[in-house]
Amino acid sequence: MLGNALLLAFRELRRNVMRSLLTMLGIIIGVAAVIVVVTLGSGATRQVGQQVASLGSNLLMISVGKRMGPGQTSGAEAFKIADAEALARDVDGLAAIAPVASGSTTAIYANENWSTNVSGSTEDFFTVSNQPVAEGRMFTTNEARRGASVCVIGPTVATKLFGLQNPLNKRIRLQKLSCEVIGLLKAKGQSTMGTDQDDLVVIPLRTYQRRIAGNQDVNLIKVSMQDNVNTDQVKQAIEGIMRTRRHLANTEENNFNVMDMKEIAAMLSSTTQTMTGMLSAVGAVSLLVGGIGIMNIMLVSVTERTREIGIRLAIGALENEVLLQFLVEAVVLSSFGGFIGIVLALGTALALSGVLQVPFVFQGGIVIIAFLFSASVGVIFGYFPARKAARLDPIEALRHE
Amino acid sequence: MTSKSVMADNVLPPLLELHGVTKTYGMGDARMHALAGINLKLNPGEFVAVMGPSGSGKSTCMNILGCLDAPSSGEYLFQGVNVGGLTRNQRALLRRHYLGFVFQGFNLLNRTTALENVELPLIYRGLDTASRHRLAKAALDAVGLSSRETHTPGELSGGQQQRVAIARAIVTEPSLLLADEPTGNLDSKRSIEIMELLTSINRDQGITVVMVTHETEMADYANRIITFKDGLIESDQKHGN
Repeated sequence: MLGNALLLAFRELRRNVMRSLLTMLGIIIGVAAVIVVVTLGSGATRQVGQQVASLGSNLLMISVGKRMGPGQTSGAEAFKIADAEALARDVDGLAAIAPVASGSTTAIYANENWSTNVSGSTEDFFTVSNQPVAEGRMFTTNEARRGASVCVIGPTVATKLFGLQNPLNKRIRLQKLSCEVIGLLKAKGQSTMGTDQDDLVVIPLRTYQRRIAGNQDVNLIKVSMQDNVNTDQVKQAIEGIMRTRRHLANTEENNFNVMDMKEIAAMLSSTTQTMTGMLSAVGAVSLLVGGIGIMNIMLVSVTERTREIGIRLAIGALENEVLLQFLVEAVVLSSFGGFIGIVLALGTALALSGVLQVPFVFQGGIVIIAFLFSASVGVIFGYFPARKAARLDPIEALRHE
Repeated sequence: MTSKSVMADNVLPPLLELHGVTKTYGMGDARMHALAGINLKLNPGEFVAVMGPSGSGKSTCMNILGCLDAPSSGEYLFQGVNVGGLTRNQRALLRRHYLGFVFQGFNLLNRTTALENVELPLIYRGLDTASRHRLAKAALDAVGLSSRETHTPGELSGGQQQRVAIARAIVTEPSLLLADEPTGNLDSKRSIEIMELLTSINRDQGITVVMVTHETEMADYANRIITFKDGLIESDQKHGN
């Protein structure tokens, strides 16, 4: 009986190729939208994960000021080098600690200049930031201590100032400071936030404080933890020490902020997941609309084909056979539409992932779900028109013009 | 009258019997008796013409004979089975296995080839593709359209379309062929061809034919003429060829 219904349904759909395609359009778009969004969304989530991992997931950032909300801090007294030294001495489980003072400065070489970020830090900076020196060397402890005029530059700065020349051993000027380029950082690319992580110059912290900033301030302390230590315990220890050093009373809130990369990672991936979820919901709505489109066309088709249904009933088709035929037509339409939608979606996602520079992550689950959903849309929205067709009175149907 | 009919009259049980069949539509004041009590007996092999003005009840009677409709009261026995007691689906099965229909408006499926149209009742009978093709081709051959198998109704003349419809009706070798003004949409030449076809089906295959017609020329092909008036049978007479 199902074989017969399939045969009859296919004959009917083949007779109305154009109408069949138009009916499928809603489902095609719905399925394609859901799959594209979910595929790109999981690509973006994976990318965020990879970028955060490249930052080092065991990284803590201690910044000045109270956290007021996303990206906002209130002003407060800066850290000193002694704060970093105290943390290094008193907190267990730290692998490296890098106090950082930084600011925006124009770097000049010959007649080229480039506005970049200059960070003064210790040699631990390269470890903590997970950004090693690719060519040349980083500064030595001795150079750091005496505030030598040396710098390590990022690939973007090297390209802007030196073009194709080798920057090593050349001297660049940062405000009044003339320093020798002793190393070139490994390229790291864009950060999750979209900033260029290769656009920076690193010089010894004391050099920065004396020659550029003219004070003893440290804006940021970057800390990397040893593996297998409890992040929360380390954070609590750091907060305790910093509160004491900054003379905060019990009732006062922290005027500094200890942020952990895992938190940032979780925040970012939950953002992409929320976006994916919302866009999928939009896709699901269009799937639903596609289903209603199928119901609409099937209802029109029942009216249009009333006489045909009358003929079928007159020559002895059972109610269930007519019902099944119309149901199979709807399911064939919707699942074939789903199939086209899947092919279209995978092609689109592949193309878009290249354009948006997001990895293409094939999500088998959503493909299967979208297909099953489109098929069940056919069953659900096809049932009502099919029942209407099956219950027609053959005499009335035959008389229908 | 053929010898077969004589034999049928005497020996075989009747094909169908109507006992006091009525059909009413509507309720209360709008109540209308389409059939006011019909008694009728049809024997296998008969060729019956049904005549009468519109509204006389002949179409209602055809619907009941065709098991498309159930009587309001009275008894319809088809091959001894009381059709009034059957469900909608049982009546559909009865149509599928014992009845064939030919309509005034042909009622073929559009954009469907002649062969596929003729195959349709066989699909519902659950025949395999090979048997379907063989029987449908034979039926088209019998109505003289073997060269038009792949033509759709739009590509056929009215007379040819009616032949396809007749092929579809006889492909299942029904016991009873019901024809509702089969020549109503055709010119006299095509009408005569169709009547000759129906006559040969009746004579050669022994299929009982009941045909509604308004034209006495067409009724002349039958061997029994029943005239309806006001929901009752006005006359029922044998008709010599």
